[in-house]
Amino acid sequence: MMTRDDIRKTLIDALASVAPEADFDALKPERPLRDQLDIDSFDFLNVILRVHEKLSVDIPEADYAKLATLSGALDYLETRLTSGHIT
Amino acid sequence: MTEFRMPSLGADMEAGTLVEWQIKPGQRVKRGDVVAVVETQKGAVEVEIWDDGVVDQLLVEPGTKVPVGEVLARLRAEGGAPAPAVVPAPTIAPPREAAKPAAAPPRAPVPHAARFKVSPVARRRAEELGVDLALVTPSGPEGVISMSDVERAAQTKPAAAKPAAPDKLAAMRQAIAAAMAKSKREIPHYYLGTTIDVSRATDWLERENLKRSVTQRVLFAAVLLKAVAVALKDVPELNGFWVDGAFRPSQAVHLGVGIGLRGGGLVAPAIRNADGKTVPEMMQALSDLVNRARGGALRSSELSDATVTVTNLGEQGVETVFGVIYPPQVALVGFGKVVERPWAESGGLYVRRLIQATLCADHRASVGHRGALFLSALDRLLQEPEKL
Repeated sequence: MMTRDDIRKTLIDALASVAPEADFDALKPERPLRDQLDIDSFDFLNVILRVHEKLSVDIPEADYAKLATLSGALDYLETRLTSGHIT
Repeated sequence: MTEFRMPSLGADMEAGTLVEWQIKPGQRVKRGDVVAVVETQKGAVEVEIWDDGVVDQLLVEPGTKVPVGEVLARLRAEGGAPAPAVVPAPTIAPPREAAKPAAAPPRAPVPHAARFKVSPVARRRAEELGVDLALVTPSGPEGVISMSDVERAAQTKPAAAKPAAPDKLAAMRQAIAAAMAKSKREIPHYYLGTTIDVSRATDWLERENLKRSVTQRVLFAAVLLKAVAVALKDVPELNGFWVDGAFRPSQAVHLGVGIGLRGGGLVAPAIRNADGKTVPEMMQALSDLVNRARGGALRSSELSDATVTVTNLGEQGVETVFGVIYPPQVALVGFGKVVERPWAESGGLYVRRLIQATLCADHRASVGHRGALFLSALDRLLQEPEKL
């Protein structure tokens, strides 16, 4: 069973793959990741792909907006991983 | 005997540093094979060869900075006799000295550059992450270090990752400065813009993406690129080069794509033969190009032969792009952000998704009327995305 901390670590690893120089401790959980990390749609797609690979969660395009912030993404992934909608 | 020379990867390039050979004497090569990695102002580039043959001699050692046009290796025809050995112990003596005594003395090899078997992507990743390749355990066949090996090593390494070295960014900035100054000095630009209703195209793409798994999903940028490639067929005077006082149209459409790099760098490598690709193929090519541009493993052909460039700054929230042409090209197509706006059509008022498409073109090669036809073709094509 994955804890929120495990999910957080996976997500940060995925973000670090596109923004290696970022200071993730300074990340504000409620602010958009795109602005804080200067990532574009390609970077974001790569993050989604990595999360998909590590957690086996298929994130529909319509849900992308829910992953805009760190806390939003954690809430979303936690719900998806515990509600049994795992693909 | 044919000669393989240091290629020019843009009008502004004077020299490049050979990082590694991917061939060895006696090896058979064919046109298009990647034979070497060269470090340029635009980053590490995989250089392809343009002739078939058998590698006869490698004349330059890794770590050497070489001017554009200098011979790096010699090839002989298939079945041809090898050139007589100049030195009896070729593994020890640098072949460069024997072949070209008058040239500048070889410089000391770059530390680490050639000592490990490592893919260019992995090398660049190691540089980004500040990972010492000596500490990476290869998992691949023949002890080749892969990108995942580097990333695994980075995770066990407590120190923070480093952004691209400042001197590389400074060099890249110099290259951009030279090309853009030349453009503004020599090219009489004209600019056109239009608002295109892309609701049908984005709706279509959303429906298509619903059918696709996350790994197969297509970004709207791929649809725009495909539409540009097709629209250029209607107005060929936007696709090609202005060289020696005359326009040389290109039959092939090699679509240069402006790709921002972390820390402020910019490259515009080409999606080659873009007009022949389907939208999913375009997405695949784009994604491959963006990942390699950011991972530092572009190929020489991609950097030298774009016939037109597309730039999409909508990600940053701007609605309109006023571009600068990348010489010797003659046009640049810009896209802004997709926005929802009120839109009047056939007497009704609707909320639609709109994009600003702009064209900046070289007035020596085309006239505004033809440029306008291009934008109108683009609009028409985006109304029938399923036919792209």
